[in-house]
Amino acid sequence: MTDTILEFREITKTFFGVHALHDISLVVPRGHILGLIGQNGAGKSTLMNILGGVIRPDGGEMLLDGAPYQPRSASDATRARIAFIHQELNLFTNLSIAENLFIDALPRRKPLPLIDRGTIRRRTEELLDSVGLAVAPNTMVEKLSPGERQLVEIMKALSIDANIIIFDEPTTSLTARETEQLFGIIERLRAAGKTMIYISHILGDVMDIADDIAVLRDGELVAQGPKDDFDVSRMIALMVGRNLEQLYPIRETEPSDDVLMDVQNVCQTGIVEDINFTLRKGEVLGVFGLMGSGRTELARLLFGLDEFGTGEVRLNGGSTYNVGVSDSIKNQIAFVTENRREEGLLMEMPIADNLALVSLSQFKQRMTQFIRQDDLAQAAQDVTATLQIKCGNIASQPAKSLSGGNQQKVVIAKWLMSRPSIFIMDEPTRGIDVGAKYEIYSIINDLAGQGTGILFISSELEELMGMCDRILVMSRGEIRGEFARRDFNKENILRSAFREENGHESL
Amino acid sequence: MKASSRERLTLLLLQNTTPILFVAIFLFFGVQSSQFLQPQNIENIIKQASFIGMAAVGMTFVLLTAGIDLSIGSIMYLAPLVAGQAIRHQGIGVFPALLLAMVVGMLFGAVNGFCIVKLRIAPFITTLATMVGGRGLGTAITKSRSLDFPQPVLNFGRSEVLGIPLPIVVFVVVVAVGHIVLTRTAFGRQVYAVGNDVEAAKKAGIKTDRVLAGVYVISGLCAALSGFILVSQIGRLDAPFGKGDEFDAIAAAVLGGASLFGGVGNAFGAVIGAVLVQMVQNGLVFTNVNLYLQPMIQATVIFLAVFFDSLRGMRLTKLRRRYIRIPTDRTAAQPPRVDSARHGIVSSSGD
Repeated sequence: MTDTILEFREITKTFFGVHALHDISLVVPRGHILGLIGQNGAGKSTLMNILGGVIRPDGGEMLLDGAPYQPRSASDATRARIAFIHQELNLFTNLSIAENLFIDALPRRKPLPLIDRGTIRRRTEELLDSVGLAVAPNTMVEKLSPGERQLVEIMKALSIDANIIIFDEPTTSLTARETEQLFGIIERLRAAGKTMIYISHILGDVMDIADDIAVLRDGELVAQGPKDDFDVSRMIALMVGRNLEQLYPIRETEPSDDVLMDVQNVCQTGIVEDINFTLRKGEVLGVFGLMGSGRTELARLLFGLDEFGTGEVRLNGGSTYNVGVSDSIKNQIAFVTENRREEGLLMEMPIADNLALVSLSQFKQRMTQFIRQDDLAQAAQDVTATLQIKCGNIASQPAKSLSGGNQQKVVIAKWLMSRPSIFIMDEPTRGIDVGAKYEIYSIINDLAGQGTGILFISSELEELMGMCDRILVMSRGEIRGEFARRDFNKENILRSAFREENGHESL
Repeated sequence: MKASSRERLTLLLLQNTTPILFVAIFLFFGVQSSQFLQPQNIENIIKQASFIGMAAVGMTFVLLTAGIDLSIGSIMYLAPLVAGQAIRHQGIGVFPALLLAMVVGMLFGAVNGFCIVKLRIAPFITTLATMVGGRGLGTAITKSRSLDFPQPVLNFGRSEVLGIPLPIVVFVVVVAVGHIVLTRTAFGRQVYAVGNDVEAAKKAGIKTDRVLAGVYVISGLCAALSGFILVSQIGRLDAPFGKGDEFDAIAAAVLGGASLFGGVGNAFGAVIGAVLVQMVQNGLVFTNVNLYLQPMIQATVIFLAVFFDSLRGMRLTKLRRRYIRIPTDRTAAQPPRVDSARHGIVSSSGD
């Protein structure tokens, strides 16, 4: 037995003449946890897809336990006892846990063609025990929470007795407790001698659990070594390729006193209670809250996506208006949703068509109601240039081909074309890399400078503290605290979010 | 997600709309006409339902993968036709003829499967083409003349097992086998997996092509069986035989709870669906409803069943909506996640 379980040698992969991976040579020691980091598009997924047999490298080789390893399909990787736990889970919600675990090779009760249900139940019970999940093997997966589903994926890895387990952004949809539980299991797997590759954008987590760290940038391996050689700022510098002295661009303008949006006593049973706030011209107003505090629900309700309960919303100091999506758009409110893939973009459609969605009616010919195609194309072209969206031909390139950051810019650009005066942005920088975040922040500052009011919802407190004029703190559907810029204090804001302003929980 | 007992009752009712509708309609006709409740009539209803029912079991397999099979009406015509020709010209016996019909049905299904899996033509288009082509082939063979079957076939069709007419026996066998295949075999569970998420199924190492092609073979087999048994009742095969039955089979499967989006449905549903449709038809005759109104009443029943199902869907989404402010809520019961305290890329370098 060698000390090295897995070795990549000069792996190269080219897509359409562009190097996705260039000469990657990387050694994974047995029993170690390798933290693999890099910006979106740095080549992490490509490398892992090569390992998993999903794509084949153009050059180079992989050695597994010292022997050449050339997977041609996902099942080859499984046979080599390499397991993947993906960001989006591959479970069948209409089947039971036991069936999910063994779906590719359900054991039979020979000579009958029937499934040996006793065997899979017993095996599943053992696996459930080993991850500490207390449910019955025949529980339908649709009844499980995201964290529990992830445990099922881990059970799947254990069921093939995997030697190498790859975690790809495993904590994205987990609660704090579930994340803790996951890390506990990773520790146990480490103790059992498993080798793991842990991919994450949350560098703190990577620092906590990895033994070694490898950094990819633009398809090249820019650094690797034991964890102690790294700290978070070095990791960021390596990923970005330059030192980011400034995380948040400075805004030159101050909010004015004109009130754009005045929200009064908004209630919706079970969702939000007694919401009062104002949004001023040129103001960036942050909304902070823990998961399930009602941040997103409030945004959806104000924009008219969800049922509006009682209360009033006044715009521009005028009278109240009927909250509803088309009225919101007419009143120049824009809403960048939390989930750009499903709610923000038509992924299969060209960028230009995505851009045109909101403002289509502004480009109608008065008499014929036909679309003025030339004007529309020009406007789309202009906004693409303004926001510096990196893309080819906007009329033909589909939205899904863009990187996360550029996709988010398309979402913002789509709304910009309708010239909004109020922008509601829900997690606008989620899942995009450091460089793109900075660009989004700059766009927000520019918008505020032009007098747009921005309701900036985020679960990253530092980002809000870096960007906002004021922060509202939500908890259990109500506004629990309000902080002006000069009073920004991480601890106080968190206390407010946890309802522990007085040192103990108050109800 | 806490539902009051009243809500739970509503949900329970909505979850079982088709069985409730079934019982209600049964009782309604029972009160209206005493003849309706005669054992002879009930047997008759089930017997009449068995032909569509058998095809609906096969259709359920296809619907589970989010596919559709429009060609089963043509298979019901073509399979017994080939068998009938073989009886007439080769003089084969009833059982070989039955087997031949089943083989023809499976081959026909295999052609559908091949086009869908290998040539990647959408199921709707593939089976629309084979529906037209299959009937065309049949009429070309017969030159549109009807084909009479000899007495042994009719004797077979009118035979009974333990006093139960053959169509019902075959129907029961088809449903039982279908149920066992769906719930107890690897293939059956993989059908559900593929219907739930094809991509995930591929990644899980399931041979999705085999599963997808397999359901059309099964659908073809069920249709051929249904066609042969039906022809053995009447002894004559006309050019429009089985025409339009594909839609009755789809309706029966959907009434029985199968979803056109795949992943949801079961073999017993096809029984309830097929019998329900037949019961309405039969009951309307007994209650002397105007002949021209009958199709519209049948349509209303189908509409109601599907409408209640959609209501249930809406109700469920509403119940599953996240309630933030109810203390029994699971998000509130767990300590909430401290997103911000954990270090995101940007945040970490700051402190």
